[in-house]
Amino acid sequence: MSNIIKVGMADYKMGKETDVLITLGLGSCVGIILYDKMKKIGGMAHIMLPSSREIKNNSNRAKFADTAIDDLLESMIKMGASKNRLIAKIAGGAQMFSVSLKSDNLNIGKRNVIAVKEKLSDMRISIIAEDVLGNFGRTIEFNCSDGGLSIKTIGQGKKII
Amino acid sequence: MEFSIKDFNALYIDVLKEIGNIGAGNAATSLSKMINTKVDMEVPCIEILDTEKVVEILGGEELIVSGVYINFFGDINGTILLILDKLSSDNILSILFGKKPENEFYNDMEISALQEIGNILSSSYINSISGFSNLKINISVPSVSVDMAGSILSVPAIEYGEISDKIILIENKLREGNNEIVGKFFLMPDIDSFKILFKSLGVLNHE
Repeated sequence: MSNIIKVGMADYKMGKETDVLITLGLGSCVGIILYDKMKKIGGMAHIMLPSSREIKNNSNRAKFADTAIDDLLESMIKMGASKNRLIAKIAGGAQMFSVSLKSDNLNIGKRNVIAVKEKLSDMRISIIAEDVLGNFGRTIEFNCSDGGLSIKTIGQGKKII
Repeated sequence: MEFSIKDFNALYIDVLKEIGNIGAGNAATSLSKMINTKVDMEVPCIEILDTEKVVEILGGEELIVSGVYINFFGDINGTILLILDKLSSDNILSILFGKKPENEFYNDMEISALQEIGNILSSSYINSISGFSNLKINISVPSVSVDMAGSILSVPAIEYGEISDKIILIENKLREGNNEIVGKFFLMPDIDSFKILFKSLGVLNHE
C-alpha cells in the first residue's frame, strides 16, 4: 500500500519506499524533489520565494528556495540518505497572469526557478528532470519507490518525468 | 512602529467591510446596467486569513476557478485578484451571452467577457476606496487565468508572502434570478499603501 504524503505551500516532507509525495496546484511556486535512489528516500519542498535574504519576514524557512533546500537536505540525511547520491527534479514556476506592473514581481515564477537551480548547483546536486515555467498550474506526485515524478495539468493531461 | 496586518483591529475590519459593502453595491449596479436586469447582492463578508488556509475555503487546490488579476496604482499601489468558482463564472457568462458556455475551456470571447467583469467589479471597489479616502487610484488592464485554485492563489500568496502570512478576503454574492455569482476578492495593497489608506480614512491610531 502506498502512503500519500501531502506537501503544502511553504512546506517540505520526506518519504521512503512506497510513499508518494504530492503537491496540488503548483503555480508560480516551485516543487523541488531530492531523491536517493539506492535508499529509496525522497523529499519534496514547495517553495514560494527565491531568497530568505531579500526580505524581512523570513521566519518560515520552508518558504524560500535557499533555506528550504538546506532543511530538506538535512532532514533527508538524518533519514539515511547520502548527499552524493542525491538527484533533483523540479517543477512549477509558472506565470499565471500576463499583466503585472510591479517589475520585481513581474515573473516571480522564473525568479524562483533560477534561485532553485542556483542553489542546487551550489550544492552540486544535479537536476535530472524538470518541467518549469509556462502559464499553467501543475499537480505533482513523486513516487519514492521508482523515482518517477508525475505532472498533471488542466489543459495538457498527465506525464511522468 | 512597523505597521503590519497583525495590527488590524476591529475598526480596520469595519472600515474594510464598509468599503466592501459600497464596492459591492456599485458592482451590482454596474452589472445590472450592463445586463439590463435586476441584480441582488448580499452584505459581503470580510476575513483575514492565513495564506495557507486560503485554498481550503475555495474548495481545494485542484478545483478549477477563474481568476482575474488587476494592478492598481497611484496614491496607493497593490493588486486585486477576483476569483470566481467555475459555476459562478459559467453563470455570469450565461447571463451575458444568453447561453451556457459550451466547452470546459472558455473561448476568447468568454475570457474577454470575464476580463470585463473583473474590470467592472474591481473598479467598483477602487471607486469606493477612492471616494472614501480621496486618494487617486488607477487600475491596469485585467488578466484572466482559468486553472487550478492552488496555482492561481499562489500569486497573491507570494505577493503577500513578502510582507505577511495573512491575506484579506472580501466575499461578494450577487444574484440574478437563479444564477448566483460568488466572487472572492483578494485585496492586496502593499503595506505602505495600507498605512496611507488608513491614514487618509482617519483610522490609523498609532505611531
